[in-house]
Amino acid sequence: MPKSIFTKENLCWVILSAILFGVLTLLMQVGIINSYYKITLFNICINIMLAVSLNLVIGICGQFSLGHAGFMCIGAYSAGVITKMIPNYGGLLLGILAGFAISAVAALIVSVPTLRLKGDYLAIATLGFAEIIRILVQNMTITNGAAGLSGIPALTTWPILILGVVIAIVVCSNVMRSAPGRACLAIQDDEIAAEAMGINTTKYKVLAFVIGALIASLAGALFACSFYVIKPSQFTFNRSIDILVMVVFGGMGSMTSSVLAAIAIGLLNTILQNFTDLRMIIYGLALVIMMIFKPNGLLGKRELSFKKILAKREAGKEAS
Amino acid sequence: MKRDFRKLLAGGLGAAVLLAGCSSASGSDNAGDGGSAETGDTVKIGLNFELTGEVSSYGTAERNGAQLAIDEFNAREDKPFTVEGVEIDSKGDPAESTTAAIKLIDEDQVAAIVGPATSAPSISTYQAATDKQTPVVSPSATQVDAMLNGDTPYEYAWRVCFEDSYQGAAMAIYAYDTLGDKKAAVINETSDYGQGLAKTFKEKFESLGGEVVAQEQYNAKDTDFASILTKIKGKDFDVLYIAGYYGEAGLIIKQARESGIDCNIVGADGFESEKLAELAGKENLNNVWYTTCYTTVNASDELKSFIDDYTAKYDQAPNMFSALAYDATNLVLDQLEATGKTGAELNEAIKKADFSGLTGSFVFDEKTHTPKKTVLVVNQKDGVQTEVDEVEVK
Amino acid sequence: MSQFLQQVINGLSLGSIYALIALGYTMVYGIIKLINFAHGDVYMVGAYTAFICTAWLGFGFFPALIASMVVCGLLGVLIERLAYKPLRKAPRITALITAIGVSYVLEYTMQYFMGSEVRTYPNVLPKTIYQLGPVSITTHQIYIFAITIVLMVALQFIISKTRMGRAMRAVSVDEQAAELMGINVDTTISFTFLLGSALAGAAGILVGIYYNTINPLMGLTPGLKAFVAAVFGGIGSIPGAVIGGLFIGIAETMVVAYGSSLYRDAIVYAILIVVLIVKPTGLLGKNQREKV
Repeated sequence: MPKSIFTKENLCWVILSAILFGVLTLLMQVGIINSYYKITLFNICINIMLAVSLNLVIGICGQFSLGHAGFMCIGAYSAGVITKMIPNYGGLLLGILAGFAISAVAALIVSVPTLRLKGDYLAIATLGFAEIIRILVQNMTITNGAAGLSGIPALTTWPILILGVVIAIVVCSNVMRSAPGRACLAIQDDEIAAEAMGINTTKYKVLAFVIGALIASLAGALFACSFYVIKPSQFTFNRSIDILVMVVFGGMGSMTSSVLAAIAIGLLNTILQNFTDLRMIIYGLALVIMMIFKPNGLLGKRELSFKKILAKREAGKEAS
Repeated sequence: MKRDFRKLLAGGLGAAVLLAGCSSASGSDNAGDGGSAETGDTVKIGLNFELTGEVSSYGTAERNGAQLAIDEFNAREDKPFTVEGVEIDSKGDPAESTTAAIKLIDEDQVAAIVGPATSAPSISTYQAATDKQTPVVSPSATQVDAMLNGDTPYEYAWRVCFEDSYQGAAMAIYAYDTLGDKKAAVINETSDYGQGLAKTFKEKFESLGGEVVAQEQYNAKDTDFASILTKIKGKDFDVLYIAGYYGEAGLIIKQARESGIDCNIVGADGFESEKLAELAGKENLNNVWYTTCYTTVNASDELKSFIDDYTAKYDQAPNMFSALAYDATNLVLDQLEATGKTGAELNEAIKKADFSGLTGSFVFDEKTHTPKKTVLVVNQKDGVQTEVDEVEVK
Repeated sequence: MSQFLQQVINGLSLGSIYALIALGYTMVYGIIKLINFAHGDVYMVGAYTAFICTAWLGFGFFPALIASMVVCGLLGVLIERLAYKPLRKAPRITALITAIGVSYVLEYTMQYFMGSEVRTYPNVLPKTIYQLGPVSITTHQIYIFAITIVLMVALQFIISKTRMGRAMRAVSVDEQAAELMGINVDTTISFTFLLGSALAGAAGILVGIYYNTINPLMGLTPGLKAFVAAVFGGIGSIPGAVIGGLFIGIAETMVVAYGSSLYRDAIVYAILIVVLIVKPTGLLGKNQREKV
């Protein structure tokens, strides 16, 4: 049954994102959002992209990946190298596409053999791959070795960034609700049962993994073009952990909560910068306490869904 | 089902593109405060350092040095204004450092920023500082061409240390001409600092007619160098160049001496710390030379009192990082006091400054925003700095 | 040839350290299936405890060794009780995040009190270098290797012969069944943490003496590599952890010796991935049937 895309639900989403975008842009224009808030916002947006894409891999497919920073690294360096040669939007687009190509290949190389692994073993294998990517980048001439690339043009503008975030969220939440997505959810619930029902688990796992990698690479590209400098030590295992923390902190399997968690952690981090020496102690304690009292994350699997809200309203009307 | 999904996707994309199109010029940053302002009763200085993360030992030493300079300024009776240091942590991450610098400028309205200690986090603040007309002085961003944006320097960015290429070349000349070594082995850290030094040392040494017979690399925080040393021990060389910081260099010297490598060992200003002798063992620190701009040999009264004050305040001896940050902060404070202005005028004053501090006297090279300092070569005898030599780089 | 032998000795002493840390990883993972990321930091605390004992309190080597094993053992139990026990029924990924949180707290609390600067040990263990034909070996290397082997044998004995060891094995196979058989699961798990963390403490002091340098972030890389070693040897297996540790140490050394020092870390991960693909349970791990 082909449904129109102009449903009430989708309209609500478009209006919500338009309002958010409009308000934030206006605040930037009149200077209420100064450049400090703006750069914080950029950071948060990039984290949202990383968190939703990792959520697709972990939360939806149940594939515990600790190598997300590797794909971000690929995207960042592709965009960094190319925009330094072609410092305009064409270069950025080319950089993003190059990043896509390389991360897709890398993701396939990683996923085909390793996705047979279970749980923690997969986590360690992806961690290993991400470290190998970083070490390669650190030793290549085109990436300028450990010193990293500097003087990358700041091409990431606010509209481009928000476009990236919208793409990430739309792609991830639609994959989740499409046939492959439901297959993924089935895999997460019970892999053996899913296989018995005739779902080609490996195919869907690889698909989700590759999509997640592509979005991480896009986030990396926009990251590189926001902060002037990138270097290999930014893409260590710690970065993967940071992204993972956002996903778990929000609640695995819920896109809404990944977005909220990315915002919350972004703000927390910004505040903690001022605590200097005590910063990481507070962060560590926050993680421990949070996990003990809310082991399923802030929101669990709940989603912000206009479908449900609309349905509730309809039901309310009928009742009255 | 599949078609449905694609349509949804297309719809979402379409809407987003439309939205993006609607907002036209949103990239118009308000360019800081613009121009120059008078200094008030209190002047804020941003201290943007690596206080957590892998390189926090350098960042912490610099924060301490900078804070000491501020405290001394505030303790003066004839001070024209009070200085407040605003600390912020960058974790050694360039992106966080950009955010931190913008926060200091926009939120705290600092007159200038001192830091960070390492190159990449420093470079990532230069564009923002120039846009917002707030000078940044990096105590130890030694990377080659760090101050350049293409061919011209970032207008508001300065450093008080010398460039890696300068030191690397100086040591190559010293090793070849003065020590008379013709064959070298190089061990460097896989960082901008280590790789930059190793590259220029190698180039200069070879251009002088010497030969580099081996080059090995290690990661920061490595502790086991036995495999590297066993490998190069089989080669024939007269001098070993270690391009790295004291934390690892001390261990390399110790392990090298213990495994029977008794040739000359040379290095760069990363050696400059009393920890070097602790780590290497005093008996192993013979025939060791390094380039630096800061030495405790023949210490001036100024330097002696700096060492005493620092040790009294922080319960540990200062090192080169603390001294460089102390100088960088004093450079800014001197110019603030002299001009009584911030912004463009302060920057202009820094540009023309003729500064004399613990790490030498210098003026800035206008093309590179890097000081022209004399390179000193310090010799160690049984773990004690004994002699100082000057090298000239042509 | 003599260079090769010397490199083997270098590799064995590096590998012994990985092995000591890997033992703790493998025990904890074996019993509660948790990648205890804080384990590397417990090792760091052990190194600092021994530093305080030797440099400030003037202890000798053996008293300091015992002190740091006791402190780390207790710290391990404390971490388990406070941070992991409430999460035993929660998704495993939650416990992993907690472990990371604990790791940050340990690292930066230590940095807060002891400073981020490296510290050096006083000379508590005299060092002599023996020349055995073409190769040289130090007393420190012999100590490290010997202590690793002794601790491995002791651990294997505890696990296979004692009552507590049997309880540990029972809990690792099936927690609920073990409880029904009258085993006190909480005590057993705490005991595992006690043993594993005490071993990390031993590794801490040995590393401090061997390399003469410690810092608050010293646990990160060795912790990760030790985990790789544990997976390589077959997680849950005591001899596996030691073999894994020694193998990783030698592999790393050989890459430097006959390849490029640029790729010494990359090779560790490459080996890991190959092992995981070929034999996911590791060298000595047991194959587990999937439960439907």
